[in-house]
Amino acid sequence: MDNLDAAFTALADPTRRAILARLARGEATVTQLAKPFAMTQPAISQHLKVLEGAGLIVSRVDGTKRPRRLARSGIEALDQWLAMLRKGLEKSYDRLDEVLAAMEHKKKGEVQ
Amino acid sequence: MSKMTLKTEGDKYVIVTRRFAASPEAVYRAHIEPALVQKWMLGPEGWTMPVCINEGKPGGKIRYEWTNGKGQGFYLTGEFLELQPYSRIVHVERMHLPNPTPDNHVETRFEPDGTGTLMTMRMTLPDAATRAAMLSTGMEKGMEASYVRLETLL
Repeated sequence: MDNLDAAFTALADPTRRAILARLARGEATVTQLAKPFAMTQPAISQHLKVLEGAGLIVSRVDGTKRPRRLARSGIEALDQWLAMLRKGLEKSYDRLDEVLAAMEHKKKGEVQ
Repeated sequence: MSKMTLKTEGDKYVIVTRRFAASPEAVYRAHIEPALVQKWMLGPEGWTMPVCINEGKPGGKIRYEWTNGKGQGFYLTGEFLELQPYSRIVHVERMHLPNPTPDNHVETRFEPDGTGTLMTMRMTLPDAATRAAMLSTGMEKGMEASYVRLETLL
């Protein structure tokens, strides 16, 4: 559960959410990530550290650079989210079929 | 009943369609009347909605609270924007996880389809950070293990 708490803490900050949104479009270096924000690179690096600690992003070594990208969980989040939505809605609508059948039954009962 | 369809429209919307063997009036009422909503809008198995407030008028408030009976829960608040009985509902909603997610704008249409109803729901696709937050909440806990849980990846 510590990891979930870390993920929530990481996501609570608007700058870190914006960084994730940027990384959702592809890998980026600290310099590229710092550009749209009025922040110093050390400040951005601090945010990246939090995101990395929460397992939301990963980095690789490329010469002197360490480009960051979304962790697998982040990349697959859209598919996962759609699958979760689909599953939840399908279950709900199956229940709604029963609710509607009961409403119809009741209506017929009242007519008789 | 035909299967539900779910597809994305661009990177902004999700469109869901579903047919029901009941009149548009009945399906519309089941989306508005709290006593009916509480019976079905529950998502995965094992969840209940002990609190359901639905002021079915423009500007009316929405508040749904879900629990899995094991100490996990979350709630949603929203407002109705437009209501056309029994054909169209437009509302905004946000999840509280516990921080509120950005507003999700939802339009739900109910059209006569033979002896039944075709429902079409168009909702805003949440941004990447919101999806990650939603996936990492209790909502997912009730789901099958086939869904890779965030914590197992960390």
